[in-house]
Amino acid sequence: MNDKLIIGGHEFQSRFILGSGKFSLEMTKVVIENGGVEMATVALRRANVDGEENILDYIPGNITLLPNTSGARTAEEAVRIARLAREIGCGDFIKIEVISDSKYLLPDNYETIKATEILAKEGFIVMPYMYPDLNVARALVNAGAAVVMPLGAPIGSNKGLLTGEFIKILVDEIALPIIVDAGIGRPSQACEAMEMGVAAVMANTAIATARDVALMAKAFKLAIEAGRGAYLAELGRVLDSRADASSPLTGFLED
Amino acid sequence: MNKKITSIMQYLQGMEIIESDLMDKVLALTAKYDYTRYKEKDVENALGTEVLSVADFAALLSPAASSYLEPMARKAKLETRKHFGNSVSLFTPLYISNYCENNCVYCGFNCQNKIQRGKLSLTEIENELKTIARTGLKEILILTGESRQQSAVAYIGEAVRLAKKYFSTIGIEIYSLNTDEYSYLQQCGADFVSVYQETYNPESYEKSHLNGPKRIYPYRFNAQERAIRAGMRGVSFGALLGLDDFRKDAFAAGVHAYLLQQKYPHAEISFSVPRLRPYINRADNNPKNVHEPQLLQVMLAYRLFMPFAGITISTRESARFRDNVIGMAATKISAGVKVGVGGHDTEAKGDEQFEISDPRAVDAIHQMILAQGMQPVYTDYIRL
Repeated sequence: MNDKLIIGGHEFQSRFILGSGKFSLEMTKVVIENGGVEMATVALRRANVDGEENILDYIPGNITLLPNTSGARTAEEAVRIARLAREIGCGDFIKIEVISDSKYLLPDNYETIKATEILAKEGFIVMPYMYPDLNVARALVNAGAAVVMPLGAPIGSNKGLLTGEFIKILVDEIALPIIVDAGIGRPSQACEAMEMGVAAVMANTAIATARDVALMAKAFKLAIEAGRGAYLAELGRVLDSRADASSPLTGFLED
Repeated sequence: MNKKITSIMQYLQGMEIIESDLMDKVLALTAKYDYTRYKEKDVENALGTEVLSVADFAALLSPAASSYLEPMARKAKLETRKHFGNSVSLFTPLYISNYCENNCVYCGFNCQNKIQRGKLSLTEIENELKTIARTGLKEILILTGESRQQSAVAYIGEAVRLAKKYFSTIGIEIYSLNTDEYSYLQQCGADFVSVYQETYNPESYEKSHLNGPKRIYPYRFNAQERAIRAGMRGVSFGALLGLDDFRKDAFAAGVHAYLLQQKYPHAEISFSVPRLRPYINRADNNPKNVHEPQLLQVMLAYRLFMPFAGITISTRESARFRDNVIGMAATKISAGVKVGVGGHDTEAKGDEQFEISDPRAVDAIHQMILAQGMQPVYTDYIRL
């Protein structure tokens, strides 16, 4: 079946995007392999270019790098990090994270829209992390985003799809791929998100904190595929016997 | 004899006064904090709570919580992993001067102490920096004794500029500054400021800071806030545990950090937990003494109260203690530490502030972190 995820003209078979930064580095490769991952985020602030324990050295060459702007508190800072990422050879993909709250790490939607607009004009394939708000999502589309990445729950919380109803609105109303970016704690939640019609799921903490990291990566892969399959197959209508009235409610109609 | 210079609450000329109610709030909450009132059920409630209140934090610091160290440690480990994953950051301090104008009764750099004083020239600083950089470290903490005469802001600024050539993350632990001075050092390349109140109890503060600018309690208290206003990225908090009642001091430092982060949500918060070691051969061990279990209790309480905050573990503690608290509560560990003036490149020029208990080099710390299945992190910051 030809069911590819297309982001900014690039095709991906896998719908599992790996967030990195919480793993031991040698595990990154294992997770990528077991999860069938084709795209992995890299926090540029962790890229110790030419230094010790540089995360870029641990990501296989065939993986599409998705540098993120973590550490940026304003649009301006995000733009500067994006340009740095391009300069050091991380390519044109950029995940915008603008966070000005050190406690909950919730994204600043306003600054994110501003950064998206600037970077899209500079030719970046912009993947903005956002709090799911339909008006903001529309503004991101207009600003040139390639996808919209709403959070399911706060970063690292493993709480799943707390914002599920609002993500569903984005799935229904926004023509771009919707990728759930944070909060997914279990494969079942990833599956549920995919069933709902999101285009891909990103996970990091849920895998990094599992006892068996490699096995959890595989579990996520399978869950994401299952959810995607269910979405494409279209969920069956669940018949409720109580609603199966013996006499038709519209039987009174005559002409 | 030194004459006491003034009331600890009276600012000296040149010390900036900012509008802030943080100190009054912290002092009021700390004055009310009676840790004997907390019972086991309060500790259990705190452990069952997701986002802890100040009252929960108070319960976790109480004697009632001392029999809950194991469940606190388990929960702390989960929180640390959730927020920091497997990462443990590495850094080292560099003392560039040990001249001091303060008379703090507990400190090796005390201006009354007849120790060998020294100050590195800029060339010496650069040689030290190069030597440290060769170990692979990318984060450095520049320290001085507290002397504006001998280690002026301009001198520290030059040291920071030099450090910027070799390091991606630069912190300073120096005397308290005015906002414009913090702003100057931020422009030079420093983004993180550590200032420790030592003790939050004003009476005890007065008795232990006999002379010198550090004696002015509110000026020191508001240093973090001035630093954040000046554009610094993060600030560190802590009390010298054991100088006064450690439970109240740890409580005050936690509340200080908590209120500052509420006021400045972008501020990156971290804690340090230096302690005065109790004399082990004294039978009359004071219940206020800080032994390892008490030290760990403080660290765990910080972690559970502010799970997103960094916690640094110092070489004052043993290798055994440090190895066990990383990943559980601590997120940052120093390595290859020298606490004399310089000493990385050539012989130290001045005496040490305190004795270290863990002399391991960067590579040994690196290997220890890996052996625990965690990840040594050298850089986690981009200067913008």
